[in-house]
Amino acid sequence: MDDLAVVIAFYVLAGITLLSALMVSIVRDLIHAVLFLILSFIGVAGLYITLSADFVAVAQVLIYAGAISVLMLFAILLTPRSARDNSRVSYAAPISAIAGLLGAVIIFVGLNTEWAEVDREIDGSTARAIGNALLDPYVLPFEIASVLLAIAMIGAIILVRPNDEEGDL
Amino acid sequence: MIGLEHVLVVGALLFSIGLYTALSRKNAVGVLMGIEIMLNSVNLNLIGFSRFVESPNPIDGQVFAVFVITIAAAEAAVALALAVSVYRLRQTIDVDKLNLLKW
Repeated sequence: MDDLAVVIAFYVLAGITLLSALMVSIVRDLIHAVLFLILSFIGVAGLYITLSADFVAVAQVLIYAGAISVLMLFAILLTPRSARDNSRVSYAAPISAIAGLLGAVIIFVGLNTEWAEVDREIDGSTARAIGNALLDPYVLPFEIASVLLAIAMIGAIILVRPNDEEGDL
Repeated sequence: MIGLEHVLVVGALLFSIGLYTALSRKNAVGVLMGIEIMLNSVNLNLIGFSRFVESPNPIDGQVFAVFVITIAAAEAAVALALAVSVYRLRQTIDVDKLNLLKW
């Protein structure tokens, strides 16, 4: 890929991601916040593509921008209009100080550590390598993750089941 | 040329925005959005390390990111189900008012 194009794409996508993540905590309506969250997820997916992680980018768009955001919209729409206010915050000043301090510390540590850096040109798709890794060295976590997803699905269904149907399952 | 530092800085900024959102919201769904932003920033760092740091198995970072996405999906499903069922019981999802277990 052309170097300059990748650099420009990275900065533009980073700007979109950070701005829309900031807008999530600024906008007053929770529905608008979810829409900005989707934009932020898509920006992160674009950042993955600039880092040559195509499979994870596709998974990000499918699961985060597709499934999780729709789930959030459903949860917001199932609660009435009065609960959609995103503007009420508690302890905004101390929390922003803590978050800013933590971010500064992480940036400081990240920039001052001697990482064993190599520029690894990944050519072609990473899907084959990820598939091999999931089914060979990581097969146990893979199976546990699928069981966990089934448990989470059943738990979510049981949690939102109406109370009056409790007896006749 | 994009280096590891660029990715780390973007990830750290995204993490602090997510932390602020998660801690300051009063709405439970807003808190969940902050957590998702934080998980995204962690994933971004993992992908960055997988791309730029010397390793015998460079794909491991991306596999880990796939697992994080899986766990995030499960967590979002359960948390939103909890929010809906808490709303049904208490008519609010304001996390400051859900202090039944507070001493």
